[in-house]
Amino acid sequence: MAAKPTTQDSFLSRLLHNQILIPLAALLLLAVFNLIADPSFFKISLGHNSNGDPVLSGYLITIIDYGSELAILAIGMTLVTAASGGQDISVGATIAISGSVLLRVLCGTDTRPEVLHSPIIVAFLVSLLAAMLCGAFNGALVAFFKIQPMVATLILFTAGRSIAAWVNNNELPMITEARFSYFGGYIPGIPIPTPFFIAILVFIATWALLKFTNLGLYVQSVGINEKTARLNGLNPEIIKLGTYVLLGVCVAVAGLIKVSRLSTINYSVIAKDIEMDAILAVALGGNALSGGKFNMSTSVLGAYVIQFLTTTLYKFDVQSDALSAYKAVVVIILVVISAPTVREKTSAFFRKLRTPDGAAKRG
Amino acid sequence: MNVKKVLSIAASSLLIAAMSAGCSSSNGSSSESTNNNSNESSSAAPASTDKLIKVGIINNDPNESGYRTANDKDLKAAFTKENGYDASFAYSLKNDEQITHAQKFIQDEVDYLLLSAADTAGWDSVLKDAQAAGVEVILFDRTIDADESLYAASIVSDMAKEGQTAVDWLKSQDLPSYDIIHLQGVMGSAAQKGRSGALDDTAKELGWNIVTQQTAEWNAEKAQQIVQSAIDSGKEFNVIYAENDDMAKGAVAALDKANISHGVGKDVVVMGFDCNKWALEELLAQNWNYDGQCNPFQSSYIKDIIDTLESGGTVANKTIIMDEKGFDASTITQEDVDNFGI
Repeated sequence: MAAKPTTQDSFLSRLLHNQILIPLAALLLLAVFNLIADPSFFKISLGHNSNGDPVLSGYLITIIDYGSELAILAIGMTLVTAASGGQDISVGATIAISGSVLLRVLCGTDTRPEVLHSPIIVAFLVSLLAAMLCGAFNGALVAFFKIQPMVATLILFTAGRSIAAWVNNNELPMITEARFSYFGGYIPGIPIPTPFFIAILVFIATWALLKFTNLGLYVQSVGINEKTARLNGLNPEIIKLGTYVLLGVCVAVAGLIKVSRLSTINYSVIAKDIEMDAILAVALGGNALSGGKFNMSTSVLGAYVIQFLTTTLYKFDVQSDALSAYKAVVVIILVVISAPTVREKTSAFFRKLRTPDGAAKRG
Repeated sequence: MNVKKVLSIAASSLLIAAMSAGCSSSNGSSSESTNNNSNESSSAAPASTDKLIKVGIINNDPNESGYRTANDKDLKAAFTKENGYDASFAYSLKNDEQITHAQKFIQDEVDYLLLSAADTAGWDSVLKDAQAAGVEVILFDRTIDADESLYAASIVSDMAKEGQTAVDWLKSQDLPSYDIIHLQGVMGSAAQKGRSGALDDTAKELGWNIVTQQTAEWNAEKAQQIVQSAIDSGKEFNVIYAENDDMAKGAVAALDKANISHGVGKDVVVMGFDCNKWALEELLAQNWNYDGQCNPFQSSYIKDIIDTLESGGTVANKTIIMDEKGFDASTITQEDVDNFGI
């Protein structure tokens, strides 16, 4: 009997201190809200698209579909945040660059090619290289020149979309090849949207990389204390640079999905404001934006929660230019919860709640 | 103490001197460079005895949309040295940056200032400066809130007319019912106001049902999500009224995913604006039904005005509205696509 409350306490406190609590609570809140407002939100039906291929449809499918680019970016953003204690705000602009490069290689100088000028995989590898270069540029500024990440990435944030337009000579190429639309749509015969599979693939690959190379541990130690990491034989500069290059890989994958969705690009609006959502996903995942310990899976969950919120707001016909205001509310709540003074107060409050109870029992 | 004070004063005065020197030297260099430019241009065209007409053009970012790209191309092709112009271009989507560019052009003593303002407000003092410096201002594409006496002419699209043409076309289709998804542009922009206004008025008058009215901010991705949401919630609709081609494209992508047929004689009528070439091709393939033009080719109108002013004439009517068409998928021809696609 006496042991029971203590296990409960420790379970409760473990849950309270677990990172996954925040995104899970947000997800639960949204799910319950939708369940009460309109249970048909959770309905999934099997239909066909206009090519006659089977597709699943429903709000939940829409969420895992459109949330995937954000989830992929959140993976890279978590690592960058953990290692450098700052965020890359140029991801939207670099998506424009890598997407533009992708189309440039596929189309050549012809804006509406009948046949693709090169295989999709080659074009993707070139765009991957471009995105990794952008990442390396950001990473070098942060790691070697010790510029604050937000300031360093401000350069590409400002210039990226112009560079993207310049890559394609200001033309807006368009691809008619059906195979190219698979990445942002459906592979014939598989009724689940491809972006979701890609997101899972990227997650597993990154997880494996961190697990089997100790990179996760290195990133964490650099983020917690650079000097100690150096004394322990790590090279903080290289590790920081590495995380930015890795984010570049995520950007290229997200860019492929984005461009594939409509088989075209619009430099000024593609992936607009996605950097803010990616940073929000990291914060919602309970990761400290000042670096150090991190959890990739909670960030991914955070990304889908943000899409859940967006889709819910669309469902209730909230004006889409007001969406950012709702996200701002989430940010405010997060900031308040994670503020040290609030944390101290709440834990003190819980202790107070428990002590008289425990004292009474002991007495 | 005293020595310190003197030293600090000396140091700060030195700083100020250096700063002002920096300013003046940069001014000097900029005026020098413009001088060089004019020298170059005169040496480049030594045959023409006429002085080149100096034009400063302030436009929005050409990457903003296909419309802007076509607009910029048209202006660049028209105001060349061969045609007797010395043109400088400046781009910004922000009003304050545009104002700075305008002030610089006035300092550079351009003859004409061509302006497509990002925002309608805040231009009075700059235009007064221009008037004092003898610079003629011609507005194109966008109007501003300023007294008519401050500019020579304003060449604009009548967005309300564009919207009305489109809505009249929709009315003439005589659909059994009208259930409309309305995708709006960035709220408050002239194009959005005009095109939304026409639909709102007619919908109210004739009892059309507007199923969803949302701004997708000219963005195809957002439009796709909005239409997806309407489909997911099982809303019935038979018209997509998108205020530009990009949003119509996003909407159509969502329709394709849900196997909803669209185009001539199909379930959903698709309407777009701006007449991008690819959009007109969709019309030609009968996948869309209607596309309204927003004429980006203003240079010929501007040239006419400059010619009038150069020959000492005055512009009688300051607001010039351009001719604009609307294309129907059942009557459009390849020739139309080639001539009017942007």
